Amino acid sequence: MCGIVGLFLKDESLQSELGSLVESMLSEMGDRGPDSAGFAIYRDPVDEGEVKITLSTPDDDYAWDDLVASMESDLTVSVRVETYWNHAVLAVRGDEKAVLAWLRSQRPEVRVTSAGTDIEIFKEQGTPAEVSDRFGLAEFRGSHALGHTRMATESAVTTEHSHPFSTGRDLCLVHNGSLSNHNRLRRKLERHGITFETDNDSEVAAGFFTMKLSQGLDLEEALEDGLEELDGFYTFAIGTKDGFAVLRDSFACKPAVLAETDRWVAMASEYRALDHLPGASQARIWEPEPAVVYTWSRA
Amino acid sequence: MWVDVDLEAVGVRGLNERLHAISAGTTDARWRIRNPHGLHNIAVGADSPVSLLIEGHVGYYCAGMNKLANITVAGHAGVGLAENMMSGVVRVQGNASSSAGATGRGGMLVIEGDASSRCGISMKGIDIVVGGSVGHMSAFMAQAGRLVVCGDAGPGLGDSIYEAEIFVRGSADDLGADCVAKEMSREQREGLVGLLQRAGFDHNPSDFRLYGSARNLYNFHIDNAASY
Repeated sequence: MCGIVGLFLKDESLQSELGSLVESMLSEMGDRGPDSAGFAIYRDPVDEGEVKITLSTPDDDYAWDDLVASMESDLTVSVRVETYWNHAVLAVRGDEKAVLAWLRSQRPEVRVTSAGTDIEIFKEQGTPAEVSDRFGLAEFRGSHALGHTRMATESAVTTEHSHPFSTGRDLCLVHNGSLSNHNRLRRKLERHGITFETDNDSEVAAGFFTMKLSQGLDLEEALEDGLEELDGFYTFAIGTKDGFAVLRDSFACKPAVLAETDRWVAMASEYRALDHLPGASQARIWEPEPAVVYTWSRA
Repeated sequence: MWVDVDLEAVGVRGLNERLHAISAGTTDARWRIRNPHGLHNIAVGADSPVSLLIEGHVGYYCAGMNKLANITVAGHAGVGLAENMMSGVVRVQGNASSSAGATGRGGMLVIEGDASSRCGISMKGIDIVVGGSVGHMSAFMAQAGRLVVCGDAGPGLGDSIYEAEIFVRGSADDLGADCVAKEMSREQREGLVGLLQRAGFDHNPSDFRLYGSARNLYNFHIDNAASY
């Protein structure tokens, strides 16, 4: 069992409250996932020519300044950095591939949780309330966010196995369920150049959608293909730079509730995670149908 | 006289303990439950003819194992509404999630909106009336009782059904294994009329079709002995 939540703001005046709203949603789902928690926030796009990379380490006192100084001198790039508990968000003016390759070779102890222009992903072991508090989630402003509370069933309780998973630029996925064809699908995706950090089934789903989007499909088409090729139980919430989507498998064993007002769209595993959102009592509330793709975008 | 109960103040366990403590023979208690906030297990295990009005959306397993009580939810209900109900009436003014009325043995469940998948799964005598549509695998292995669907029925309706009766007003294009359309007898039609009346729906009973078991799956056939 896991809990997933997503909040996509339509009303810009709510952006300063995004973090505090999502923190409450996550905490409410603590009963569904006490092992670990994580969230993706879309906010503050970096400038043209820059890439935003979120990094994590198990070391609470990691010398981020040293990493930044070495990166700047080795790659002749300029880097801005902000740290949150044991994660750091870097805005790097330079070539993304070179930066990621440098991190892999020079700083293997550091993991990349996300890369793009808007996305930042934070995840760690602990209850959702603890994890949110350590990262200061309530202070985050932004346009949309996804979150996950994990009760592990398919792989170990570690930070690496926590959600959200990102395998492509500004894309992330949270998953409640379990996939049964993830090993075969992982090998297939690897042949297409998708790389994976873990043996987790949900990361394979993220990789699958990354590949489909990179082939030129839009989010809705990619999700339609997912219905054909992803075997197992799932409720997914997916975030992109300017979009948000929800998909359930055709058996729909894993719960999901959607709610929408003029100001926001939200999803959660259970309604109680949505009850505190502004205007929730007047929202249109419904259960997403099995095998139906739901998408929203800012376009 | 309504008694106001604020769930924020007493909590779900506090409410349910008070419900269970109502002395036998009490017939006129009417409680209004405020601030349900989608919490689970609200009003589970009622055992007296108390009337409850829950003002808002409820989470999982609301009104489970209900006996005698008359429970109305002025909102939507989560998974497992009125599971294993024994008697009484449960009414939801909004929609209900999966497995509403599952394994119910008696009483009446009315869902004014839609019900999700597996509505009436393994029902054993309960009457369920749904104002809207029901999702996939509804009335799966339904043993006894009646499921009335005023809208459409999703795929796999009545799969492996025993002796329950299913009435559908809209489409039921994808029947489950051993579930077939049947002729409606006069008694069955009268039963349907009574259920619609009690549920407060003004539909013409002639617009409904009856579905039930072809009795090929659960009856023992000596010709199939090798398969058992």
